[in-house]
Formats: sequence, structure tokens, C-alpha cells
Amino acid sequence: MGLRRLHGLRGPRGVRLELPVVVAVSVGGALGATARYGAGLLWPSPEGTFPWTTFTVNVTGCALLGVLMVLVMEKPTEWSSAPPHPLLRPFLGTGFCGGFTTFSTYALETERLLSGSDPTRGLLYLGGTVLTALAGVRAGVTVTRAVWRRAGSARAAAREREGRV
Amino acid sequence: MNWLFVVVGAAVGAPLRYLTDRAARARFGPDFPWGTFLVNAVGSFLLGLLAGTVSGRAYLLLGTGLCGALTTYSTFSYETLKLYEDGAKRHAVLNVAGSLAAGLAAVWLGVWTAGLF
Repeated sequence: MGLRRLHGLRGPRGVRLELPVVVAVSVGGALGATARYGAGLLWPSPEGTFPWTTFTVNVTGCALLGVLMVLVMEKPTEWSSAPPHPLLRPFLGTGFCGGFTTFSTYALETERLLSGSDPTRGLLYLGGTVLTALAGVRAGVTVTRAVWRRAGSARAAAREREGRV
Repeated sequence: MNWLFVVVGAAVGAPLRYLTDRAARARFGPDFPWGTFLVNAVGSFLLGLLAGTVSGRAYLLLGTGLCGALTTYSTFSYETLKLYEDGAKRHAVLNVAGSLAAGLAAVWLGVWTAGLF
């Protein structure tokens, strides 16, 4: 099989899928999941208590993805003349952040709290996570855009000063 | 060595999520994040099923690794924010309400199914 054939495979409905992207997502996802597993070993949440570890992992991962998406998707041409590496987003975004955060554990922990002795805590976890995660991704996006704007005007001012000399 | 089971499961789960998303985009278009919605619901069902049936390294491989990486909270949040920012506020609200309802129903169904065995 030629290298060209190996790199481009056809997925469902004839979508062309790049093997390097799939590998980048796989490696990033494995790293992210390992980090999540490590966080669970370091800070285990006992059964029946508020699942702080999954909560923190999910909120942190959301904020991180917000920062990343602005840097890679919205400002790629501004931070260097070369565009960001095409595997950066699959590796860090879809892979690492996607593998680090988890929806299934969140759903299972909510179900356990709701069907256990503490449904109030279950509802608090269900709503608290989604609101904080959305605030986290929004904060990541907004702060990165703001920092970028300030850095951009500083660069423009520097260019203008140089131009006058 | 336990972490290796998580690594292997996630190395399969994460690309499965990516491929599902690609297929969903090709099938349903970019207006609503059906791919993420689907993997989150399916992964929640699987984890509910696993929680009552397997333990130890099998759970690390299939639960923590595979289901953990197949499902995602970060992409779900980012896609919701993008829908909101792009003016599709109804879709954003529907995505949150629908994902939570589907995820909870799926995990409950998984736990219930596991109880049959």
C-alpha cells in the first residue's frame, strides 16, 4: 500500500479522514485521560460526597479549550507568520481536552447521587457543573481575546514608533 | 501498570469520538453538534452498563479510558458557547437541556440493563 493511500482513508459516507489527525487525537486523548485518572488517584471523591475531582477536571478542561480555540482558530495568523501546525488542534483540543474532560462519569456520578440518599447534592452537581463549565469556557475565550487585543495594540504602537524613527 | 489500561482505552475512545463527529457533520450538517451529543449519550449508557458489571482493570480500560475519552465535557461546552455567540441561542439551550437529559436517561438505562444480568 502506498504512503498516500495509507494517509487518506475513507470514513462513513465517504468523508476523507487523515490518518495523522486520527493518531494525534488518539495520543492527545490518551494523555488527557491519564491526567484525569491521575487526578482521581491524587484526590479521590468518596462515594456519596460531591464529586469535586470530576467537577474540577471538567471545568479546567473547558477553560483550557476556550483559551486554545481562540489561539488556534481565531488568531492563527497574528502570532506568527507561519500558521499553527495543522495537528495542534486535533492533538490539544479534540485529543487532550476531550480525553481529559468526561461526560459519562459526570452522568454516572449524578445518577448515583440522585438515586442515593442525597438527591439534593445530585441536582447541585448536575446544575453546578454545567453552569461552571460554561462560565469556564467563556472565561477562557473572553480573557484570551482581551489579552490578545491588548498585546495587538501594543505591537501596533511599537511598529508606529519604529516607523517614525 | 494500571494507567496503561486507561491509556489503551482512551487511545481508542478519543478517535472514535472524532470519527463520529466527522460522520455526524457529513450526515446532519454543522447547524447542531449531533456528533458530541451522540457520543456523550452512548458513552453514558456504556458507563452505566459497565459500572454494575465489571471492575478492576476491565473498568479502567473500558470505563475510565474508553468511555471517559469517548465522551467530552469541553467540546460540549465550547460548541454550546459557539451556538450562543453565533446567535443560535435556542439551539444552545436545547443542546444543554438535551445533552443532560439524554446523558442521564442513558446512564440510568445502562445501570438498569446491568441489573438484569
